[in-house]
Amino acid sequence: MPPPRTKDATTGEGTRPPPPDDATTGLPGFRSWRSVYLFVLGVFVLWVVLLTVLTEVYS
Amino acid sequence: MNALDYLVLLGVLVSIAVYGMWRTRGHHNLRSYLKGSRETRWFTIGLSVMATQASAITFLSTPGQGYESGLGFVQNYFGAPLALIVIAVVFLPIYRKLNVYTAYEYLGKRFDAKTRLLGAGLFLLQRGLGAGITIYAPAIVLSTVMGWRLDLTIVSTGLLVVFYTVAGGSDAVNLTQKYQIGVIFVGMVTAFFVLLARLPAGLTFHDALTVAGGFHKLEAVDFSLNPDRRYTIWTGVLGGMFLALSYFGTDQSQVQRYLTGASLRESRLGLMFNAIFKIPMQFFILLLGALVFVFYQFERPPVFFNQAAWHYQVDHGSGEKLRALEKDFATAHAEKERQIQAWIAARHAGNDSAAETARAAALAANVRTEAARTETKAVLRAADPKTTVNDSDYVFITFILDHLPHGMIGLLVAVFFAAAFSSKAGELNALGSTTTVDIYRHIVKRDASDAHYVTASKWFTTLWGLVAIGFALFASLAENLIQATNIIGSVFYGVVLGIFLLAFFFKQIGGTAVFWAALAAQTLVLVFYFTLSISYLWYNVIGCAACMLLGFILQSFLPVNHAHASE
Repeated sequence: MPPPRTKDATTGEGTRPPPPDDATTGLPGFRSWRSVYLFVLGVFVLWVVLLTVLTEVYS
Repeated sequence: MNALDYLVLLGVLVSIAVYGMWRTRGHHNLRSYLKGSRETRWFTIGLSVMATQASAITFLSTPGQGYESGLGFVQNYFGAPLALIVIAVVFLPIYRKLNVYTAYEYLGKRFDAKTRLLGAGLFLLQRGLGAGITIYAPAIVLSTVMGWRLDLTIVSTGLLVVFYTVAGGSDAVNLTQKYQIGVIFVGMVTAFFVLLARLPAGLTFHDALTVAGGFHKLEAVDFSLNPDRRYTIWTGVLGGMFLALSYFGTDQSQVQRYLTGASLRESRLGLMFNAIFKIPMQFFILLLGALVFVFYQFERPPVFFNQAAWHYQVDHGSGEKLRALEKDFATAHAEKERQIQAWIAARHAGNDSAAETARAAALAANVRTEAARTETKAVLRAADPKTTVNDSDYVFITFILDHLPHGMIGLLVAVFFAAAFSSKAGELNALGSTTTVDIYRHIVKRDASDAHYVTASKWFTTLWGLVAIGFALFASLAENLIQATNIIGSVFYGVVLGIFLLAFFFKQIGGTAVFWAALAAQTLVLVFYFTLSISYLWYNVIGCAACMLLGFILQSFLPVNHAHASE
C-alpha cells in the first residue's frame, strides 16, 4: 500500500513522504542524516582548528 | 614538451572524451539527455560536482595564489561545508520532489513566469560570461608558455568539449568528469611528490614549512575584522557560505549534476562528499604553491614568470633595462638563498638568535628581489600598456615545464585541459538545459515532442559553446584568473540566492515583490561594485540581504500571496 499523501510546505501540492531508501543514510555508523551532518560539521571545525594551529606555529 | 608529452596529453584527453560519448550513446529523450539516466551513484555525483567547480583555473592559478599570497585564499571555501549541509537538507528534497529539470523551473512553480525568467536570465548572463573565462584562462597561459597560437588553442579545446557535451548530454558530462578528476588527482599528487624530491638535500618537510612560514606564506586563517581584507575567516564563513549556497544550490551547472542521482540519498551523499573534501583539496593546491615558493628560494626563478612577454620586450627595445633588473634580482636572490641556508643551519644547531638574524637578513633580501620584480613589471607595462603584470598564473606552469621529467609534463598539461573540459562541459550542459527548458519550451514552443526538445537543447548547447569561444577570443583579464571567476559570480549570486531563500522560507512573499526586489538589489550590487573597495565576497551577502529586505518591503504594499503554484 502506498504511503499516505501529505501537504507540501513549499508548493501546497500533495506529495508523498520520501521513500525509506532516502530516509536511511546507508553508511556504516551513521543511522540518521543528522549524524552525517554533525560529522561533516565536526570535520569542518577540525580543519579550521588545524589551519589556525598551522598559522600560529609557522608565523 | 616533447613527443612523449604530446602522446600522454592527447591520449588522456581524447580517450576520456571518446569513452564518455561511447558509454552514453543512444540517449534520445529529454529527461535522460538533460537529467541523465537517474542511476548515478553518490561517488560519481561527488566527483562530478567537484569537477564542475574545479576548472583549469583552479589548478593553474591557485598554486600561483599560494606562491604569491600564501594559504589565506583557503578561507574562501570555509562557507562551503555549511552551505552544502543547508542545500542537502532544504534545497535538494524540494528539487527532487518537484522533479524539475532546472532550478529556475522551481521559481516558476513557486512564484510566477517572470521570476523564473529573471532567475534563468541572471544565470545565463553570469554563467555565459564565466564560460568564456573557463576557456580563455587556461588557453592564454598555456599558449603563452608553449608558444601555441592563442586563437587555435581556444577554438580547438572549445570545439572538442562542445562536441562531446552535445553528443552525450548530462550522463556523458558526469562520466567524463569522473575520469577527468581522476587524472587531475593523480597529476597533482605526483607533482607534489616530485616537488618534495626536488627540494635541496637535507631540507626536511618541516624546514620547508618553516621557510614558507618565515615569508608569511602559511597564514591560512586571519581573524582580522578589517572589511578591506579580501580573505578573513569572517568573509570566508559568511561571504563564502552565501557564495557556496548560491553556487551549489541555485546555479544550474551544479544543480544539474546532483539531480542525476539515483535517489535523494545518493545526491545528498554526493554533496556531503564535497562538504568534507573541498577545504582539504583547496588547502593542498595552495600548499603546493607555497612549496613551489620554497623551491624557488633555492633555485633562481625568472624575474617575471610570463617569460614570453619578458623576452619579447628584451628583444624589442627594453632589453638594457630589463637585463639590468634581472642582474639586480639575481644578486638579491643569491644573497637571500645564502641567508636562508644560514637560517636553516642555525635552527638545526639550536642557535635561535643566529637563526633570527639570518631570517631577518633573508627577509631584507626578499624585499630587494620583490623591488626588482616590481620595477620589471613597471618597465613591461610602460613598454606595452596591454601587458598583464600579474604573473602569478604562470608560476606553476613554469615550474612544471622547467623542472618535471618528460611524460609527467604531458600528464600535468593534461590535468589543466581535463579540468578545463570538465568545468566547461558542466557549464555548457547547464546553459543548454536552461535555455531549452526555461526559455524555449516555456515561451517559444510549448507542446513539441521530446525529440524536438533534445535537438533544440543540442543546438542551444552548441550556440553557448560558440558564444564562450567567441568571448574567449576577445577576452582580456587583469585579475588573477581564479579571483576573476569568483568576482563575476559574487556580483550576481547574492541576488539569485535571495530569490531562492524567499521562495523556500517565506511563503507570504509573492512573485511580483520578489521580481522587482531582485532587479533593484542587482542594480544596488552593481553600483556598489563600481564604487566601493570592499572584499568581493561581501557582495554575496549584500545582494542576498538587499533582495530579501526589499522583497519584504514591497510585499507589504502588495496583496497577500495566497497561491504558491501559478503554473
